[in-house]
Amino acid sequence: MRTIYFILFKEFRQIFRNKAMLPIIFVMPVIQLIILAYAADFEVKNLKLFWIDKDQSQLSRQLLSKFEGSPYFRLTQADMSREAAETAMERDEVDVVLEVPAGFERDFLAEKKTQIQLTANAIDGVKGGFASAYGQAVIRDFYGDFLEENAARLSWQPPSGGTINIASANWYNPEMDYKTYMVPGVLALLVTMIGAFLSSMNIVREKELGTIEQLNVTPLKKTHFIAGKLIPFWAIAIFELAFGLVIAKILYDIPMLGNLFLLFGLSAVYLLVVLGLGLFISTVTETQQQAMFISWFILVIFIFLSGLFTAIENMPPWAQQLTYINPIRYFIEILRSLLLKGSGWAELQQQFYILLGYAVLINGLAIWRYRKRS
Amino acid sequence: MENEFSIEVRDLTKMFGGFTAVDHISFEVRHGEIFGFLGANGAGKTTAIRMLCGLSLPTSGKAEVAGYDVFRKPEMVKRNIGYMSQKFSLYQDLTVSENIYFYGGIYGLKRKVIFQKTEELLEKLDLKHARNTLIRDIPLGWKQKLAFSVAILHDPQIVFLDEPTGGVDPITRRQFWDLIYEAAKAGVTIFVTTHYMDEAEYCNRISIMVDGRIEALGPPAELKTRFQSQDMDEVFVKLARG
Repeated sequence: MRTIYFILFKEFRQIFRNKAMLPIIFVMPVIQLIILAYAADFEVKNLKLFWIDKDQSQLSRQLLSKFEGSPYFRLTQADMSREAAETAMERDEVDVVLEVPAGFERDFLAEKKTQIQLTANAIDGVKGGFASAYGQAVIRDFYGDFLEENAARLSWQPPSGGTINIASANWYNPEMDYKTYMVPGVLALLVTMIGAFLSSMNIVREKELGTIEQLNVTPLKKTHFIAGKLIPFWAIAIFELAFGLVIAKILYDIPMLGNLFLLFGLSAVYLLVVLGLGLFISTVTETQQQAMFISWFILVIFIFLSGLFTAIENMPPWAQQLTYINPIRYFIEILRSLLLKGSGWAELQQQFYILLGYAVLINGLAIWRYRKRS
Repeated sequence: MENEFSIEVRDLTKMFGGFTAVDHISFEVRHGEIFGFLGANGAGKTTAIRMLCGLSLPTSGKAEVAGYDVFRKPEMVKRNIGYMSQKFSLYQDLTVSENIYFYGGIYGLKRKVIFQKTEELLEKLDLKHARNTLIRDIPLGWKQKLAFSVAILHDPQIVFLDEPTGGVDPITRRQFWDLIYEAAKAGVTIFVTTHYMDEAEYCNRISIMVDGRIEALGPPAELKTRFQSQDMDEVFVKLARG
């Protein structure tokens, strides 16, 4: 066990003597949290509206002001021509075209059937869906207001309180702030990258320099060697998580409802998986380029299948199956539900056991693969 | 010690696929002897040395180093040997004293002993002023002397030196050999590979490897007589050309 101390001494000296290291530890989390949390914002706002008003009536202007009053729409162009609207949409200048036909007010007040056409640009299907749903909601709202204001002069009475009103409440993220949802995921990404890249590069670097040969010719036990190599990055990644949480609290005031000790405990187990992965990669590669490439390859797949950017429920079934073998998926679940929902041990123990199993498996594999003798 | 030999090798062989890098070599090295292991590039020297140090698993044959079988007890072998390779074994981004501290610790020396040995060593190598200098900032000749001293820090029975003096001037090489003599006098067996034929003359006995086999073995003087040569260079060229 004493030899582990000497390896730790050496590793920490080398890590902190490396000029690239402190920026990686302190600058990377800040940049990632700032950029990724904003860039990965899928909330649809400021949809560009093209307005065709062939009626030019008081009622049509009321409808327009409803749209302008909504945070989801922004009037960018208005024209009488349908062709102009289609050209604008083809150029991707507008997201939604709303066309009010001539005689809209007349027919509406006469209680005749009238139609408004809403066209959404569905190049981005999600955005198009939102645009059409939000547009319908604004129109429904407009209609409700109209009924209320003109109740006296209508020939029929709308059933009082009869229209079904769906009021939604967003649990765990009441303001529907996308950043609250993204930041825990970005934190997961951060510690994963730190853990996997730094650990795999570190050991392969010793191979490249030839110093690993010098260690292999000593009586150093390979479990001691591996422990000495993993502990520094484990500690750095845990520190990184704490640092990232502080940044997230300061910048985004993300909720931290669950027990933070549990959070760090579970993260510690997850990091064993990530570091074990890095270690395993380092045993099957000879150069830092190879290690970097393989780590990157694996991480990209894991990240896309993690539920960070795309909700797992929206993936095709085969991809959903694949996420079950992805450790990042479980860690993101842990961070999100612990921080945002306040989940405790009872809810998260399944993830814990899966990650623990993973940690044992991958580290066992790495130790088995690491050879002092070729 | 019951055994008079530090190293005993019988028919040691290493094959990489169909290529035989080391082909049934046999020799013994006595305690405290300086044994030169010569051969052209690719003759199999490094492969042989790696097998003896427990870095490479032999394909067949038998080898005992410091009384332990390299097949079955490689970790016991490692406790009793020092190793310095042509690639630099010291950490470039650690200081002189940190390197000594680290390797001393890995070999299980007590901290007090490490500090004491560090002082002795720095004194002997005249490196006291450079104790806190990073290895990458000190000259090559110093690095080699330091690497040798670190390789024998834990008082091994045998030290393996794989082309230890590559790339330095004759004076530094001479100083390096002074360190080797001093260690040999203290009873350490020296197993050294080299390209320099003048260095071969410093050895008690030498073996010359050609294409994975040992073609000649004996004291330098005897080999010169046997091959009717002026110096080791000539012996080497005669053997290598077949």
